[in-house]
Amino acid sequence: MNLITISGPPSSGKTSVILKTAESLMQKGLKVGAVKFDCLHTDDDIAYEKAGIPVKKGLSGQLCPDHYFVSNIEAVVEWGLAGGFDLLISESAGLCNRCSPYIKEVKAVCVIDNLSGINTPKKIGPMLRMADIVVITKGDIVSQAEREVFSARVHAVNPTAIVMHINGLTGQGAFELGTLWYDENQKLDSLKGKKLRFSMPSALCSYCLGETRIGESYQMGNVRKINLEEKSNEA
Amino acid sequence: MKRKEQLLLASPARLLKEYPFLKSFFMQVPEGILYDHQQPLQHLLMEVGEEKSENQGFDTGHFLDQLDEFIHQMEVFSGMAEKTVRSLTILPGNDKSGQPENFESLQFEASTITSIVGPTGSGKSRLLADIEWVAQADTPTKRSVLINNEKPNPDWRFASGKKLVAQLSQNMNFVMDLSVSEFLELHAGSRMIANADIVIQRIIEAANELAGEKFSAQTPITSLSGGQSRALMIADTAMLSSSPVVLIDEIENAGIDRKKALALLTGEEKIVLMATHDPILALMADQRIIIKNGGIFKVVKTSDEERELLAELEKGDKKLQELRTKLRAGEQLGDSI
Ligand SMILES: Nc1nc2c(ncn2[C@@H]2O[C@H](COP(=O)(O)OP(=O)(O)OP(=O)(O)O)[C@@H](O)[C@H]2O)c(=O)[nH]1
Ligand SMILES: [Mg+2]
Repeated sequence: MNLITISGPPSSGKTSVILKTAESLMQKGLKVGAVKFDCLHTDDDIAYEKAGIPVKKGLSGQLCPDHYFVSNIEAVVEWGLAGGFDLLISESAGLCNRCSPYIKEVKAVCVIDNLSGINTPKKIGPMLRMADIVVITKGDIVSQAEREVFSARVHAVNPTAIVMHINGLTGQGAFELGTLWYDENQKLDSLKGKKLRFSMPSALCSYCLGETRIGESYQMGNVRKINLEEKSNEA
Repeated sequence: MKRKEQLLLASPARLLKEYPFLKSFFMQVPEGILYDHQQPLQHLLMEVGEEKSENQGFDTGHFLDQLDEFIHQMEVFSGMAEKTVRSLTILPGNDKSGQPENFESLQFEASTITSIVGPTGSGKSRLLADIEWVAQADTPTKRSVLINNEKPNPDWRFASGKKLVAQLSQNMNFVMDLSVSEFLELHAGSRMIANADIVIQRIIEAANELAGEKFSAQTPITSLSGGQSRALMIADTAMLSSSPVVLIDEIENAGIDRKKALALLTGEEKIVLMATHDPILALMADQRIIIKNGGIFKVVKTSDEERELLAELEKGDKKLQELRTKLRAGEQLGDSI
């Protein structure tokens, strides 16, 4: 089985791109499964089911979604292996921009859209910087110049990634993307022993443990204070 | 390996002097990491430490790999930029039912226009995707694409700084909150071109030539009218886009001089592809292809008779435009018969 992890900001077009790409792979006779990790709510599982793609969903609720992802992905891989999939696609929304639930030696895709603004690539962090493939969507509604500026910024943030422009509505480019997603020589049996590409936040404070009261005396553990003295160095 | 070691010994300031294009790369590095451009990189990276690296989501080893790769790609890219694309050739594949396409080879030359006719869903997107992917009989249509009559450099698929096809369609809008000149400066900046000021000036002039109503360099791009936006997009794509092929999806027949718009693109040596159902536009092209059931069904060169017909149609079109103007002005239309 092949495993591929897809992440990207909310509503960037992940599900649209996955559905179109999976369609082209299924036409070649591959068996595709999906899992959606989200925080509070998702209807993506319905969309996958409709497309004939077996799907599981996991909601992290009050937990950090990326921590939740790492603690569950192994079991999901076992589900995929038992289901006899050729390709298992994991979709997760990048919720805090700091993290990337990417695993070493597992293909990682970041989906971002042209509408998110040209300063977004810099803000996203490891989710974009450590991806193998960056998919840029929604090029059909902005000008050529904006597309070029946006992809130049993406390239400067992550020069080693392959950048693909995909139209999530028409699927233009999805067939081509599919050729990069599946490798028949790759055989994943388990995630045991594999490592994350980048560490997740180490913060554990009283609020992580359910504290709701505001005030110095309730703050324990890993707490950091905003610096109100210095001038901010962000322009 | 060797270059990475050299990179480590150099300071950002020195690197910028040697590779001016690194400006855009350094701009994307999280704040505070390259805090002193005079210090050697090695020193700056050593100071990052574990805490800062965790906070900023920054990995120093990864950073060095990325820096090295960026320089490598920009060098490849400038090598590619020197070799202009003078022609594209499509070698036939098959349509959706697997029937072979009925042409020997189809040539798109720089400075010429090819119109593409066919209902939505007939395979226009697929043709375009084949060109962008420089297909080598490895897409559903089994078509192949040649560049300058040769098997193309595979870098065309992935070089993110250089896409083969620029696209213009009626759904496209400006979404940035900038003035016309700020917007063009940003685009020129991402292309790292010399004499940006002159090019920007030329784009604004050209766009104003195309659009009915004038706009200035200070106009916010989001407040341009439909015709003005389209004119600016066309002029910008003609003069600032790195892509040698331009695909236009219809040009509306209002607020913009379509003939001049096409002349501007061909004047900049673009290979122009134009999806249209409008006979006037279709006949402005040197040739047209008809798409059916996912395949190229026919290739037709514009004949002399058709050119004569075009002249007639344009006269009628001009008349219609004049009537429109009169209608708006509240005049009697009967006078003009
Ligand atoms: N115009 C345009 N719209 C798109 C494109 N790709 C996706 N969309 C639209 O963007 C919206 C969000 O797309 P999704 O695919 O649900 O995004 P997502 O990233 O999966 O969203 P979450 O999983 O909820 O975070 C939908 O309305 C899509 O139809 C595109 O290329 N062009
Ligand atoms: Mg989704």
